[in-house]
Amino acid sequence: MALLEVKNIYKSFGKTEVLKGLDFSLEKGEVLSIIGSSGSGKTTLLRCLNFLEMADKGTISVDGKVIFDADDGKKLTDNEIRENRLHFGLVFQSFNLFPQYSVLQNITLAPTLLKRGTAEEITENAMSLIDRVGLADKKDNYPCELSGGQQQRVAIARALALEPDILCFDEPTSALDPELTGEVLRVIRGLKNTGSTMIVVTHEMEFAKSVSDKVIFMADGVIEEYGTPQEVFCNPKSAKTRSFLNKDIETNGLRMG
Amino acid sequence: MSFWEVTLFLFDGFKISLLIFAVTLLCGAPLGLPIAFCSMSRFKPIKYVAKIFVWIVRGIPLMLQIFILYYTPSLLFGWKIVRDMDIYFQVYYGVENVGGIVMVLIAFTINYACYFSEIYRGGIESISKGQYEAGYVLGLTKSQIFRKIILKQVIKRIVPPMSNEIITLIKDTALANCIAVAEIILQAKILAAEQAIIWPLFFTGAFYLIFVGLLTIILGRVEKKLDYFRS
Repeated sequence: MALLEVKNIYKSFGKTEVLKGLDFSLEKGEVLSIIGSSGSGKTTLLRCLNFLEMADKGTISVDGKVIFDADDGKKLTDNEIRENRLHFGLVFQSFNLFPQYSVLQNITLAPTLLKRGTAEEITENAMSLIDRVGLADKKDNYPCELSGGQQQRVAIARALALEPDILCFDEPTSALDPELTGEVLRVIRGLKNTGSTMIVVTHEMEFAKSVSDKVIFMADGVIEEYGTPQEVFCNPKSAKTRSFLNKDIETNGLRMG
Repeated sequence: MSFWEVTLFLFDGFKISLLIFAVTLLCGAPLGLPIAFCSMSRFKPIKYVAKIFVWIVRGIPLMLQIFILYYTPSLLFGWKIVRDMDIYFQVYYGVENVGGIVMVLIAFTINYACYFSEIYRGGIESISKGQYEAGYVLGLTKSQIFRKIILKQVIKRIVPPMSNEIITLIKDTALANCIAVAEIILQAKILAAEQAIIWPLFFTGAFYLIFVGLLTIILGRVEKKLDYFRS
């Protein structure tokens, strides 16, 4: 059984239809990359998974349990939404660290408030996460004292602290200087090796190609292409995918080989 | 009158100024918060009632608001009852012009609550949506997000405008003398009228200056304390 099953998701903002019926599934330990041009609905899809937006139609199931069903009729209570969104973690494009808290406090805040153990356990767990993203020497620094890449790594550790089933990344390197993207992508790659299930919305084609088990190419709110990186990048069926990938090669050079 | 006697006499008035200052700050600052929340409410009627209220209170001179509050009870219940109450307090408790002091306190509290509410609103609305969303995806409740994440950032942002408003407040207390509440400038005017000495009127400036100096130091410390992070 798939860990995540998304069926027939629709979402409109006013009269603009952003998602027009999306279906996909994800197995435990798999990494799914979502590529596509701006405005194709990638971010909205992630926001629906994290309950930051409510889909108008469709269902979302995790581990066989339906956690969202737009046709269900009854509105989810705030508590149910909080419960459900904890299946997912989200790393934002703009980090959104809490500026008044140190690196360590950023990571321990939510587990502490959610009473996920004793203070010592939470701190110990946070320290091992900080270690994992390579920022042990920065644990008492404040976000304003860190580079963008370091901030994003803290944000990843913060999301991991709640041990989500599926960790989502919304263009995690788009706000970074090119020389800082590598350190963040390395951390994500490391997570794959330890078996994390992840969904990565990204513009880093080479990264998507090398790290993913599945790739979705989105265009105009639909899944235009869905398959293994081999299928999507080397043998795209749709003309839209080909034209998108060609444009990427034009702007970013021939590094995809 | 000796310099010392004049100083004590003026200080009696300054105690009233400080009373107005303290009550306005202690009551007006918290009262501003619900007004700010109402004016940000997604429920339109509440929002517009709050906005109109703030518009009226900020749109009318504070002095006129003091007059309105001071004279309305007399107009409604007759001059005699109100005066009798004043005399009662004077005879039994030795406080003069109780009605005037109470009305000044109410007028100041409401007026400043409205100004504070707009500062709070500006501060709260200036926090990026991403801070709330980061809290949401970490499974926090709305109230946890506000108390643990948003509040301190808001406080950091509103300290400078609040400092301004607080410094204006101590000087605004002089308006109380329009209904004969014996704050410091009224005391100085009494000296001028009864003893024919003008210099105490100028001397009142020193009281304000010293107090504002102290406020500046305290508020500066608060600002410095929040300097450790940037948002």
